[in-house]
Amino acid sequence: MDGRKTPLYEEHVKLGGKIVNYAGWLLPVQYEGLIPEHEAVRNKAGLFDVSHMGAIRVAGKDAEKFLDYLLTNDISKMKDNQVVYTFMCYPHGGVVDDLLTYKFSNEEYVLIVNAANVDKDYDWIMDKKEGFDVEVENQSDETSILALQGPEAVNILQKLVDIDLSEIKPFYLRRDVKVAGINAMISRTGYTGEDGFEIYVDNEGVLKVWDELLKVGKDFGLKPAGLGARDTLRFEATLPLYGQEISEEINPLEAGLKFFVKLNKEADFIGKEALTKMQEEGLKRKMVGFELKGRGIPREGYEVQKDGKVIGHVTTGYMSPTLKKSIGNALIDVNEAEIGNEVDIMVRNKPVKAVIRDRKFLQNR
Amino acid sequence: MKVMKDLYYTKDHEWVKVEGDLAYVGITDYAQSSLGDIVYVELPEVDDEFEKEEAFGAVESVKAASDVFMPVGGKVVEVNEELIDDPALLNADPYENWMIKIEIADKAELDELMTSEEYEKFLAEEE
Repeated sequence: MDGRKTPLYEEHVKLGGKIVNYAGWLLPVQYEGLIPEHEAVRNKAGLFDVSHMGAIRVAGKDAEKFLDYLLTNDISKMKDNQVVYTFMCYPHGGVVDDLLTYKFSNEEYVLIVNAANVDKDYDWIMDKKEGFDVEVENQSDETSILALQGPEAVNILQKLVDIDLSEIKPFYLRRDVKVAGINAMISRTGYTGEDGFEIYVDNEGVLKVWDELLKVGKDFGLKPAGLGARDTLRFEATLPLYGQEISEEINPLEAGLKFFVKLNKEADFIGKEALTKMQEEGLKRKMVGFELKGRGIPREGYEVQKDGKVIGHVTTGYMSPTLKKSIGNALIDVNEAEIGNEVDIMVRNKPVKAVIRDRKFLQNR
Repeated sequence: MKVMKDLYYTKDHEWVKVEGDLAYVGITDYAQSSLGDIVYVELPEVDDEFEKEEAFGAVESVKAASDVFMPVGGKVVEVNEELIDDPALLNADPYENWMIKIEIADKAELDELMTSEEYEKFLAEEE
């Protein structure tokens, strides 16, 4: 199999990982099994190698001004050591990528971007920085990233650091933390809906951190977890996946993510005009949740129909390991998007009854 | 990979156990291992008729759906209802937990299938 390897490739093979090519990277889709790994994250903890993701540093006198123009969230309101989730949009409002912005200071930020979009994002940023006093550096190749996620994550990581982790609130970062003696940046962030940390280290140090976390985590029920569980976990947590819930063709308003698009912020940003107009005129399509009433598993791309007419498509669907029922997200005609509306999901060419519901799948579990 | 003697095998990793004019059909150890945790099984109705290589049902893991094909043509006389409530049985023992029992339409079609030795060789080449 062709593809790039993270520094931990051999570890994944040793642990019995089933290797697949994801966005050009050779990574494990699972080790023990998707469901046990998913459940470990929800009930104890899971450890993911996410080193394939990209890291782009933006620094300089105009860093804040540039990013406030580049990104949809309000960068001018960020505090030092804060992390915000945001989109980078095209002028027509479609999405270039969704990403996390890490602020070190008004003059230094790092953008953590999707593996599949690193080159595209870097080219886009380089193209848009004209006229701003900033330097842009693609640090992806030198950055290894681990995601430790689950209710036990903080207890596990606490054993390997000298600082008091309770001081790091959700969506905040801390630099120069020694994790098992290795210099790291950590942030209380994640893509699973559980508490957890993302740990950024140099390629040379990541093996030690990975090994020590697994060793210490054993008593807490920590399991290594792969890409398969990563997707089912984020889906249940109502988090979007670029290419499915958001894309060049699906903008953040349609995706129900307008919280991260500050149309009222003072700064102009790429896509502001188009998205403001859309907001005023009203959306034509809307992202909804649904639950199957009949037997079957809804999957990405399946058509949604009402009375024989196509009204949209499934963006992500699964037999949810946590809820133990078939649920999904669908982008459909706004007129059909009312909660309680009965629709048909075309599962392998057969209509299966489904009901529109809210997307807070993990609430009240 | 577990391969049972006395069964016939297809290139799509189904097995057949012949008992006179009837036969049990299921998926092999290689198939269940490739799929991962099976969370859903689609079975036909009793009396449904299918031709050789026609899809009679499906097995789904969390990540993917996979059709299951008739090794030989025939009529469904029994389906394994246990699999509906507990699809994981297929992972636990894919040879014990058959999917359907059929009345074989044309026994000559069995000659086109692989023996256990031929299937083992086939698996070695797949890797």
